[in-house]
Amino acid sequence: MIYMDNNATTALHAKALEAMLPFLTEHYGNASSKFYKTGRDAEQALYAARQSVANQIGAKPNEVYFTGSGCEADNWAIKGIISAFDGRKKHIITSEIEHHAILNSCAYMEKHGCEVTYLPVDEYGRVNPVDVEKSLRDDTAIVSIMLANNEIGTIEPIADIAEIVHSHGALMHTDAVQAMGHMAVDVRELGVDLMSMSAHKFHGPKGVGALYIKNGVRIDNFIHGGGQERGKRAATENVAGIVGMAKALETANEKLAENCAHMRRLRDKLIDGVLERIPYTRLNGTRKERLCNNANFSFKYIEGESILMMLDMKGVAASSGSACASGSLDPSHVLLAIGLPHEIAHGSLRLSLSADTTDAEVDEVLEILPPIVERLREMSPLYEEVKRKENK
Amino acid sequence: MYSEKVMEHFANPQNVGEIENANAVGEVGNVRCGDIMKIYMDIDGDVIKDVKFKTFGCGAAIATSSMATEMVKGKTIEEALELTNKAVMDALGGLPPEKIHCSVLAEEAIRAAITDYKKRQVEEVEEFEYDCCQKEN
Repeated sequence: MIYMDNNATTALHAKALEAMLPFLTEHYGNASSKFYKTGRDAEQALYAARQSVANQIGAKPNEVYFTGSGCEADNWAIKGIISAFDGRKKHIITSEIEHHAILNSCAYMEKHGCEVTYLPVDEYGRVNPVDVEKSLRDDTAIVSIMLANNEIGTIEPIADIAEIVHSHGALMHTDAVQAMGHMAVDVRELGVDLMSMSAHKFHGPKGVGALYIKNGVRIDNFIHGGGQERGKRAATENVAGIVGMAKALETANEKLAENCAHMRRLRDKLIDGVLERIPYTRLNGTRKERLCNNANFSFKYIEGESILMMLDMKGVAASSGSACASGSLDPSHVLLAIGLPHEIAHGSLRLSLSADTTDAEVDEVLEILPPIVERLREMSPLYEEVKRKENK
Repeated sequence: MYSEKVMEHFANPQNVGEIENANAVGEVGNVRCGDIMKIYMDIDGDVIKDVKFKTFGCGAAIATSSMATEMVKGKTIEEALELTNKAVMDALGGLPPEKIHCSVLAEEAIRAAITDYKKRQVEEVEEFEYDCCQKEN
């Protein structure tokens, strides 16, 4: 199998698995049970993992709160901040291309009396900091803009936006789920107050994430129960998962520059190769401010799910923003937000790489893909008209 | 997600293409939803001698086009009009709930082609009558 869906999830790194295993076997103690050794072992591992994640992102250990997912971190950031303001500030600013974890949390807050501004993006998916400035109000509680988009890979100017947000007295959150492990991420450089992370996007295990909460930021507790995560997010800690997350992030950052250069080179080879070989194709997103592992195309006159099925028959795993692929009636909200008409959004294909992707795999995809697109176009009544016009 | 039969018809769709000088063409669906089905027929008297399709759409849309055209080929137009989306679905070993509309599209495309055929015949008769009148005058 050629796995090119690393924006969906990544393979668990061998080092992360190795670090996790003892906490799934002999060190099964509850990290809150400090009166015997196995509990203390778990507690120590948790302590070290928090220290490590904090170091990696430029935070203090007591600013890192582990969660069950990136989705949970996003939910907590929005709901926790709004509820801490207790009605004094009720305005949220976000963008049209956020992950559904943010968009649906905002929609939920709208039901509870909040007002939400959904900022548009340009044709490349970029949020304009000027638009953020214009939308800020006295009652704006929080601005949430993602660091990098999960579908088209666009990297947003978070540091610039954060500066504007702070000058108006609001809080800045960023969803860094796709960015981590694929670019340097430092909360001090970004200037954010809150940041969401998810382990399985950078070769860590599924079911564990974290929310960075800057010291001094007032946020409501999210899961009520015991005293874990300083009482803010109760539940017996997922020690193995947290240890795996820390190890995966350390491993990713150890060779970050090298790995990013590798992925960027293969990504560009893939983008150039596809655009060269397949007519009536567009690259979605920008070439410059783009995640090193993301490529997203629209092939006119055909539909994405069919492309995925044919790729699967050839052993290639990828994803699409078509309505069928997303299980809804509309194609991806991100592709519509960058201005694509429905029919072109339906024909999208995302190929996302990892540090393990090889030249040979990219070459093979460049061999496999053009005949698939051609075959589906031969079946398409839309292409029939195009060919007729071409022949005239 | 899909039955073996659906995968079979998706991987090797039957009756893909156009019929030059088709005397019945039906097109249903729209690009906004991501599904367009176009069916061409060569009808002789009341028998569908040949049928071909072109489809823009998902795997289920292509598989139902293939199956539906197979099911009406060689049939009379009356028999073809009796084809239901459920029959197409059953022949494919079922479809996921969100894909049922693809089978509805196939049924509608067949009907649209036959309606087109009937309309053309009326027009031919009208044209013929018109010509006769012209000559008489």
